[in-house]
Amino acid sequence: MSYQKYYVPEESKFPIYIATALFLLVMGAAGTINDLGKPESNSVYILYSGFAVFAVTLYFWFRAVIREHIAGLDSAQLQKSFVFGMGWFIFSEVMFFAAFFGALFYVRNFSVPWLGGDGEKGLANMLWEGFEASWPVMSTPDAGSAFVLADKNMSWPGWGNALKWLPMWNTIVLLSSSVTVHFAHLALKNDNKKSFNTWLGITVTLALIFVGLQAAEYYEAYAHYGLTLNSGIYGSTFFMLTGFHGFHVMMGGFMLAVMLSRSVFYNHFDPHNHFGFEAASWYWHFVDVVWVMLFLFVYIL
Amino acid sequence: MSAVIESHNHDDHHHGPAKGLTRWLYTTNHKDIGTLYLWFSFAMFLIGGAMAMVIRAELFQPGMQIVEPEFYNQMLTLHGLIMVFGAVMPAFVGLANWLVPMMVGAPDMALPRMNNLSFWILPFAFFILLSSLFMEGGAPNFGWTFYAPLSTTYAPPSVTFFIFAVHIMGASSIMGSINVIVTIMNMRAPGMTLMKMPLFVWSWLITAYLLIAVMPVLAGAVTMMLMDIHFGTSFFNAAGGGDPVLFQHIFWFFGHPEVYIMILPAFGIASHIIETFSRKQLFGYASMVWAMASIAILSFVVWAHHMFTVGLPLAAELFFMWATMLIAVPTGVKVFNWVTTMFKGSITYETPMLFAIAFVVLFTIGGFSGLMLAITPADFQYHDTYFVVAHFHYVLVPGSIFSIMAAVYYWIPKWTGNMYDERLGKLHFWLSFIGVNVTFFPQHWIGLAGMPRRIPDYALQFADWNMISSVGAFLFGASQILFLFIVLKTVMGGKKATPEVWEGSRGLEWTVESPAPYHTFTTPPKVN
Repeated sequence: MSYQKYYVPEESKFPIYIATALFLLVMGAAGTINDLGKPESNSVYILYSGFAVFAVTLYFWFRAVIREHIAGLDSAQLQKSFVFGMGWFIFSEVMFFAAFFGALFYVRNFSVPWLGGDGEKGLANMLWEGFEASWPVMSTPDAGSAFVLADKNMSWPGWGNALKWLPMWNTIVLLSSSVTVHFAHLALKNDNKKSFNTWLGITVTLALIFVGLQAAEYYEAYAHYGLTLNSGIYGSTFFMLTGFHGFHVMMGGFMLAVMLSRSVFYNHFDPHNHFGFEAASWYWHFVDVVWVMLFLFVYIL
Repeated sequence: MSAVIESHNHDDHHHGPAKGLTRWLYTTNHKDIGTLYLWFSFAMFLIGGAMAMVIRAELFQPGMQIVEPEFYNQMLTLHGLIMVFGAVMPAFVGLANWLVPMMVGAPDMALPRMNNLSFWILPFAFFILLSSLFMEGGAPNFGWTFYAPLSTTYAPPSVTFFIFAVHIMGASSIMGSINVIVTIMNMRAPGMTLMKMPLFVWSWLITAYLLIAVMPVLAGAVTMMLMDIHFGTSFFNAAGGGDPVLFQHIFWFFGHPEVYIMILPAFGIASHIIETFSRKQLFGYASMVWAMASIAILSFVVWAHHMFTVGLPLAAELFFMWATMLIAVPTGVKVFNWVTTMFKGSITYETPMLFAIAFVVLFTIGGFSGLMLAITPADFQYHDTYFVVAHFHYVLVPGSIFSIMAAVYYWIPKWTGNMYDERLGKLHFWLSFIGVNVTFFPQHWIGLAGMPRRIPDYALQFADWNMISSVGAFLFGASQILFLFIVLKTVMGGKKATPEVWEGSRGLEWTVESPAPYHTFTTPPKVN
């Protein structure tokens, strides 16, 4: 067996542009956040410029990688590097969500009960006597003006109302999208590009529907439930977990949309050669699993 | 298609490094990037060291002498952050870049462009961190552990910049680690099975796994801080149902594996150097691998030993005490293996070996004080005293930093093609060795006597040892200028090094000429 050389580009300008873009992004973001409420601040333009450089560079970087692949520069070994790389990247994302799920677990099982006077550290109840622990926390320990207390929460409304409950529809939409992306994958393996495009198109549509439903849910929470980031620990964990998940849905959906347009407009991918799509679909399944965890631990239990 | 591949093969054979400054900006070469990492880390080491000098100068005598307490806090915080994230970690990543591809017989890192990105994020991140010194309200002043609410409710405005700097440092670390793991898993030369890998490679495989597992958790922690500070959430605010102690749990879930991230590669380095200069095969290779893996796994279940005094339930205190003590078992295996390797060896004491032996002895001292701190009731006494400062500086300075210096002396002939000046190297070793012990050993005593850490002033009974500690610190600091000089001198010239450099050196990196060619192993070597 002959050895195909491992392709190492001699030089690349992409990374330094991305590093510069990240610098602008974070300087802009930090400046903007620190200057919230100051209309004379210009930091937001730094943020925008960082985002622009980031997006444009990423486009050309991925284009270069795709072209190298089409030119046959990447050996089977290099393609395996991409496979491993994507797998470990998803693992890092799992750990990012683990931090927030860990926080949820901790407040639900330890700090809130302790503040309510239960358990070994129930002494904490002396801070705000009269606070009663419950989950969701509807009334914060210090119910003063620092918090906007919610009237309603997002938890399971009982079987009778299950179909009128937005998270149920979110679950149905997202779980089906995991199935449709799998059908797309099967179609591609069977060399049926038309069916692939259809199923992938359906998946991207479902992603859009999910994001729309999530937006409706947030609007509902802010406008009618009084549930905000300011509602204490329930609102904090609810919005951070669902918010980061929603952000990941947008990223995953965007990746799938890119794969769809590559297939439709450039006729990329064939039955044995489609890791770009496969990586995006892995990411999509990951986002789906996170939602199942969210549905269980944020909404139902 | 094959024609394309052929012609590319042909081109590459004639390619050396590009010319000019852009070589360093655009490079995808693992050796260039390794060099960048190492020089960056050295610069950060000197900056963080200068801050340590400010701290020791202030503590030279009791009373307020040189700086304002507010500025002292900023120095303390930045010293910790810069040394951990700017000096030690990038130095190890630099060594991984230089050595891992050569040790496994790979042409380069698996993802060369991402490798460049991982590096170039760091100068920007530390520019942001350092520029916070000049912002309104000053730099972060809450200690490198940035406990809430010091880092949330009571933080200076620059904390927002700190948070985002940590975010991009984390991105850099995660990308760098993915690169290392993929290189090790996918790029090994035919015949190099996992249990034939050099121990430095093993140590980095485990380290990279830890990094990918915990850097995202740190990102989560700083994100929650950001939300608490600016967007009204109450993760770390008990008034809203959260808990400041939650911050400590999340931080140390990251932080404890992080301290092993800073020591595991040192274990790998020490194994190579002790093996070479003892002219014997390393004793207990397999047990070394299993010990490192056990330490890594255990590092996920010991985090709350940093928090014994915050009011944990009794069951948690007991669990974390026992789990922590368990780590002494695999660590002991490693120390005994190193000692056994030296036993009856034909040892010579070149500079790398001196640093490696000092590493074994002094790291063990740091390990023992760690065991003392692991005992919950004893920790109630030691917590937040200078005893803790002495403990972690023993594992970090004569532990991690000495191993990095040992590695530089050991491999610099391979990097530059020149031997370093042995006389100056030994001088540097002895000055550092004396300096580090004079600095940190007395801190055990003043800590046991009750001197609190992180305070710019102290009671009179601590005066003598503090002065001695400061003198040691100045000596240690000054001797690093000598290190810089030795490195520069070696880069510029010196006795030419042979390919194997050391009598008794083992491993693929010693089979290529010195300096190592710009591209090594473009076709994989055979490993028996």
